[in-house]
Amino acid sequence: MDRTGISVAFTVGLYGAAFGAAAVTAGFSILQSCLLSILLFSGASQFAVVGIMGAGGSALSAIATATLLGFRNALYGLQMAPILKVTGLNRVLAAQLTIDESTAVSTLQDNDADRKRGFYVTGVGVYLFWNLFTFLGALGASAIGNPSVWGLDAAVPAAFCGLVWPRLKNKLQFIVCGLAIALALLLTPLTPAGVPIITTVLLAVIFGWKK
Amino acid sequence: MTPIWIAVIGASVTAFLNKYVGHSVPERWLNKPRFMRINTLVPIVLLSALVAVQSFADKKELVLDQRAAGVAVALVLLKYKAPFPIVVIGAAITSAAIYNWF
Repeated sequence: MDRTGISVAFTVGLYGAAFGAAAVTAGFSILQSCLLSILLFSGASQFAVVGIMGAGGSALSAIATATLLGFRNALYGLQMAPILKVTGLNRVLAAQLTIDESTAVSTLQDNDADRKRGFYVTGVGVYLFWNLFTFLGALGASAIGNPSVWGLDAAVPAAFCGLVWPRLKNKLQFIVCGLAIALALLLTPLTPAGVPIITTVLLAVIFGWKK
Repeated sequence: MTPIWIAVIGASVTAFLNKYVGHSVPERWLNKPRFMRINTLVPIVLLSALVAVQSFADKKELVLDQRAAGVAVALVLLKYKAPFPIVVIGAAITSAAIYNWF
């Protein structure tokens, strides 16, 4: 299990480097990039913040989009709470480590002691690698002048594709993905940056409403 | 405070609240089938929209440039189950090649 946790942590580290580079490319300083990984610590939300700010969106639309993306962490918290049974400062720590990877590794175990251990080993491992690599990615990207010369302008949406792809499991999800792309592109010339992205939440509500 | 600082601090606060609330509220508050269905679709729509905007938007204009080619390569690599670093590097090399040579 520790090996699973650590190999997950290492793979995630590489995403961290992509994030650090994306943040600097979007106009964030190295400090701001690293603070997002230290404090926010949830990949998809972090990518959304830098993506929206980089495109010239408002802070409000960046925060709103990141918050909606982070809602699944609340659901992971629900799942983990009865296993971890933590209070006070330990709950604050456990909450901060509640992300896709720590919950996923934990739920693969077959008793509560291992679930607990899986959660913390993966959570702490991912935290360390994610932050180290964010710093390296940000440092690397800030040494590069024009991001287009190195293909960083395509590396960022490619990293997003890597986040969406594993979530597309059925026909409805593919259709909703296609509609979200169409709606966002349709709204791009018409609305301020950031608005085309957050508006697609309407599609999630419409298609999720009825079974 | 610059907009970027506001975004960094604001999004960090709400991210933590999301996580903390999950550990603190009774399960029945959030565990509702309709809510769960919508919540599964939320990351799909937001991340897909981000891919679209980052691939085809230049400020408020839609453009077709080297980025689209890079993302197309990324999708092909994902289809063939390539690991994440290969997907990102493949997209970067494709985009950089077109940008630098054409």
